[in-house]
Amino acid sequence: MAKVKMSKKSTSIDMTAMCDVAFLLLTFFILTATAKTPEPLPVDTPSSTVQTKLPDSDLATIVVGKKEGKEKVFFGVKGKEVRKAALGYMAQKYKMEFTDAELDQFALIDEFGVPMEGLKQLIAMKNSDRNRAGVQPGVPCDSINNQLNDWILYSRKANIDVNQKELQFAIKGDAKEMYPEIKKIMDMLQDQKINNFNLVTGLRGRNY
Amino acid sequence: MAELNTGDSGGKGKGGKVRSKKSGAKVDLTAMVDLAFLLITFFMLTTSLSKPQSMDLGLPDKNKDPNQKEENINVDQRRTVTIILGANNQIKWFHGLLEAPEPNGAPQNSTYGKEGIRKELLKRVVSVPQVTGDKEKGLIVIIKPTKKATYRNLVDILDEMAICKVPTYAIVNDIPPAEQKLVDEMNK
Repeated sequence: MAKVKMSKKSTSIDMTAMCDVAFLLLTFFILTATAKTPEPLPVDTPSSTVQTKLPDSDLATIVVGKKEGKEKVFFGVKGKEVRKAALGYMAQKYKMEFTDAELDQFALIDEFGVPMEGLKQLIAMKNSDRNRAGVQPGVPCDSINNQLNDWILYSRKANIDVNQKELQFAIKGDAKEMYPEIKKIMDMLQDQKINNFNLVTGLRGRNY
Repeated sequence: MAELNTGDSGGKGKGGKVRSKKSGAKVDLTAMVDLAFLLITFFMLTTSLSKPQSMDLGLPDKNKDPNQKEENINVDQRRTVTIILGANNQIKWFHGLLEAPEPNGAPQNSTYGKEGIRKELLKRVVSVPQVTGDKEKGLIVIIKPTKKATYRNLVDILDEMAICKVPTYAIVNDIPPAEQKLVDEMNK
């Protein structure tokens, strides 16, 4: 029986190509990953088993939480152009003037929680200063001064202007928040005939 | 490709220095590739997993005109289960009417999760269409959060609806006086 002779090749494989591909993919994923910006109002969302993801665009988020012992409501819209357009409408309504530079700066703010009167100061601030304690008291949303309602209305308008789509709403509430606080926001949305919205939740297994 | 050019080739004849034998100084890329793939995995997972989860909620149209009388829709009481969410994660529920509950459906306390309300709901999701004799007429759950319920309670109970595949459910905010007694018992 003639033995089949194995050719004496080295067992090491050339990994260069693999290494190239790996780093190419790595670069791609690093660049597409969006850096997580610190939230001005951190909330602990309740968890659910439902696994629908939030849309990436045409979305406004209303954050309800407690910070420094007070109930606060923050508001944010996805999309820089939408934010600019919404602020434009709000400026008209509240008879304020914003320069182009201020509009550009506002477009970079993901979420904010100041009344219209304090918005100029917030825009002028440095990014790191905005999240300091006591800077953002929340968007007023009581019956006397309901700016949140206007923000909702005008960002819907702005989104239709910019993206030609109806804006979706997500409520991101803290798990310990009492139901009436959330209901207030839901009622506000319903008054504008928004009957469908998302509740932002964390993920958990079925066997809790 | 991954060899270091040690300069043996083409360097012959010049200077006549004694050089060590050509030893293809390959760099071992295994560790580097390992690391690269590890990072790829990390970034792939974080990009898709960091997206927040959400729960769809559809509410009925609000009737803005107070003068307009609401149409009374008669619902078979055999189909309805009312769940009242109280303070400190308490639940009270009953099946049918409060005055005349269905068998095993008298007002009682329960808890959130697998061992509590889910058992009852799963039972009734199956039994209600059999009682009504129509597959279309399944269970209806009426969720009544009280003022002392937390947002977590609401999400938990909505989650139960999704887990048990309850065909119809609604969040109702008005609590009639008879049910208010149950609420007071819980929210003492």
